[in-house]
Amino acid sequence: MTVKELMDRNLAEVVSAGEDPDREITKVFCCDLLSIAMGRAPAGCAWVTVMANMNTLAVASLADAACIILAEGARLDENAAEKAKTQGIAVLASEQPVFDLALAIYELLKKEKQEKEGMV
Amino acid sequence: MEDAIVLSYAISGEDFTRAGEASSDVKKKLKQMGVSPEAVRKVAIAMYEGEINMVIHANGGEITVTITPEEICMVLDDVGPGIPDVDLAMQAGYSTAPDEIRSLGFGAGMGLPNMKKYTDSMEIDTRIGEGTKITMVVKI
Repeated sequence: MTVKELMDRNLAEVVSAGEDPDREITKVFCCDLLSIAMGRAPAGCAWVTVMANMNTLAVASLADAACIILAEGARLDENAAEKAKTQGIAVLASEQPVFDLALAIYELLKKEKQEKEGMV
Repeated sequence: MEDAIVLSYAISGEDFTRAGEASSDVKKKLKQMGVSPEAVRKVAIAMYEGEINMVIHANGGEITVTITPEEICMVLDDVGPGIPDVDLAMQAGYSTAPDEIRSLGFGAGMGLPNMKKYTDSMEIDTRIGEGTKITMVVKI
């Protein structure tokens, strides 16, 4: 599933579309401690977090996450939202809890994998 | 060295929200040079951790990145307070970061361990009251 396909699911509001809508999402990753996320977030992950600040964007970009999904109503402030757009970082936001969002994305990835395997 | 490209950055110690701009710039340039995504990611993570440390603990400093066809070498030089016990600082979970930094999601004591994890070599030269110089190498 690509970032754009995730956005088209209307699971969460699109805050910033990002520079690479065709980026493939590899995994779901949940963590609010940026120090941990920096070292552990897998490349290409959909990163679900409630930590919504400028540094979240930097970590997502440098750790090469595919997109950020802000949970529990967490929102970037105006400056940070603007920065996400200018830096081309894909950001979504939702009122849903971290687990629910992560599970929903996990299910979508799993379904896609099963469909692909079924086709072989 | 004939094939070396050298990038230099002055890191401001005042604005924590801008921490990462130098690392982002290096990441962008390495990508443009066609360096492998895995090596780019390693450099970006290690350098960002170092950059944040310089902002939190040392009121900024200087970063010099030297790129050759074989490796990327990052030298982070500051005139901060120095690290009293490097072995302790290298332990995952040990941190002296202030509360306001922790409230932003940092200060979990993962910076130096992450830097070591994502580089092929890391050397710390630190002097109390004089500063710290960290040299990290990622092989391409």
